Amino acid sequence: MVRFENVGLRYGMGPEVLRDVTFGIPPHSFQFLTGPSGAGKTTLLRLMFLSLRPTRGLINVFGRDVAALGPDDVAALRQRIGIVFQDFRLLDHLTTYENVALPLRVQEREEASYRAEVTELLGWVGLGERMHVLPPVLSGGEKQRAAIARALISRPEILLADEPTGNVDPRLARRLLRLFVELHKTGTSVLIATHDIALMDQFDARRLVINQGRLTVYD
Amino acid sequence: MTEVHQISAPDSAAQNGLWARIRALLPGGRTGEAGVGRHSRTPHAIVPSATVTGGALVAVVAIMTFLAGITIGSVAAVRSVASEWTSDIARETTIQVKPGGGLDVEAALAKAVNVAKATSGVAEARALDAKETARLLEPWLGTGLDVSSLPVPRLVAVTLAPDAGPETAETLRAALAEQVPSASFDDHRQWTQRLSTTARVVVAIGLAVLGLVAAATVLCVVFATRAAVDAARPIVEVLHFVGARDGFIAAEFQHHFLAVGLKGGALGGGIAIAVFFLASTLPHWIGTGTPADTLVGVMTLDLRGYGGILGASVLVALVTAVTSRITVYRTLRGIS
Repeated sequence: MVRFENVGLRYGMGPEVLRDVTFGIPPHSFQFLTGPSGAGKTTLLRLMFLSLRPTRGLINVFGRDVAALGPDDVAALRQRIGIVFQDFRLLDHLTTYENVALPLRVQEREEASYRAEVTELLGWVGLGERMHVLPPVLSGGEKQRAAIARALISRPEILLADEPTGNVDPRLARRLLRLFVELHKTGTSVLIATHDIALMDQFDARRLVINQGRLTVYD
Repeated sequence: MTEVHQISAPDSAAQNGLWARIRALLPGGRTGEAGVGRHSRTPHAIVPSATVTGGALVAVVAIMTFLAGITIGSVAAVRSVASEWTSDIARETTIQVKPGGGLDVEAALAKAVNVAKATSGVAEARALDAKETARLLEPWLGTGLDVSSLPVPRLVAVTLAPDAGPETAETLRAALAEQVPSASFDDHRQWTQRLSTTARVVVAIGLAVLGLVAAATVLCVVFATRAAVDAARPIVEVLHFVGARDGFIAAEFQHHFLAVGLKGGALGGGIAIAVFFLASTLPHWIGTGTPADTLVGVMTLDLRGYGGILGASVLVALVTAVTSRITVYRTLRGIS
């Protein structure tokens, strides 16, 4: 689904933050992406999410070479990828419900066609009673769950999550991990970027370890 | 964490494998039905309508539209006054009959009047009688003057029809030369030319000022809109990341900023129109005479002037919308 071949990235004239990165995300797979802070986890996620282009190497997403994608192609591919940002990126002027429904709304779908689905998902992530409040009123954990729900609502083929348990207590972290594992069992490929060793120890999965710009895969 | 809620899902959704499995995973508890089926409320606009930047932009657009409107109105009013002014003077002409050489002045005057009346394009021709001529000379020669005892030229006032062209003056001049050799025709050409040159200069200066105001308006609106879109960059990014097409994002912003532009344009243009309307009608209401009666004529705005202000308001709104669209595309190029 995603394939990196000898990918290198540098910002401007600075040093390479990623060097010769080669790996793939197969369908129906589950993996953790880990490494020390500043090692390049978020950069790697951004490359997979098509919000950065590599300075060298080849990235292939859903069979398409990202170097040859036009703006509308990028939008179409993004609709097949769900992402949970570390800083949530919820829109403060939209309610929780509207934030979660946003990926469907930007596809210009009628609200009636997804209302039940969004309401249901919000209920399942425990935000059923918080759907009409604005994000500034939500707690960190609630924002996290809203961000996860937004990533899931369009039923992505790949889910990328950047430190999804960074703002929650260990109990909720375990529950969220189980949610991701369950998603994986239904066929979604999942990649979780985290430096939480305890979390990774709870589920035996492939690990992509990034250190000083180089990636090592432990299957 | 608050307890994860279990809700009674709609049948169609309950049959969905993914959600069903997630639901099975989560512990039961209080129902999360609070919001189910309560989304009949109007959804918030993706681009927030009430932001500080939005308010400031409305004010910038309104002020610049007002200034542009006042300039357009002033230029239109000056232009119409100047053209009335030159045409009034050009229409008042005179025939001068010089005495001497045993000429029967009264007969020559009568003939000149007849010649003038027979010329097409002449609306009216009237000889000034002795009394009127004496009154004209009064400032210089005093009262009780007997015009017949002095060799002063006598005048025929000729008013040209509004549609009379330069050929009327030529025809009349030729006819007089042939039939009344002692008469000469003065169409105030020199004065008219000076006046129309002055009027043209005034209008040209007005148009130059209008051009500058228009440029300043467009630049102000462009920069203010750019600033407003830049302030909304996080929204552009999130929309971009959740898979919105560039065209969709640009359309959302354009729609919002067109509304902002129309609001500001209507406010500024409306006030400018109100100012001109009041200036032309208020003196009537308070009984101080003709509206804005200036040295050069009556300063009122015709329909074209009002139309110009309206057009400027719409143009400013369009500039706002198009700028927002261009800025969004530029922002998107910067994100990816």
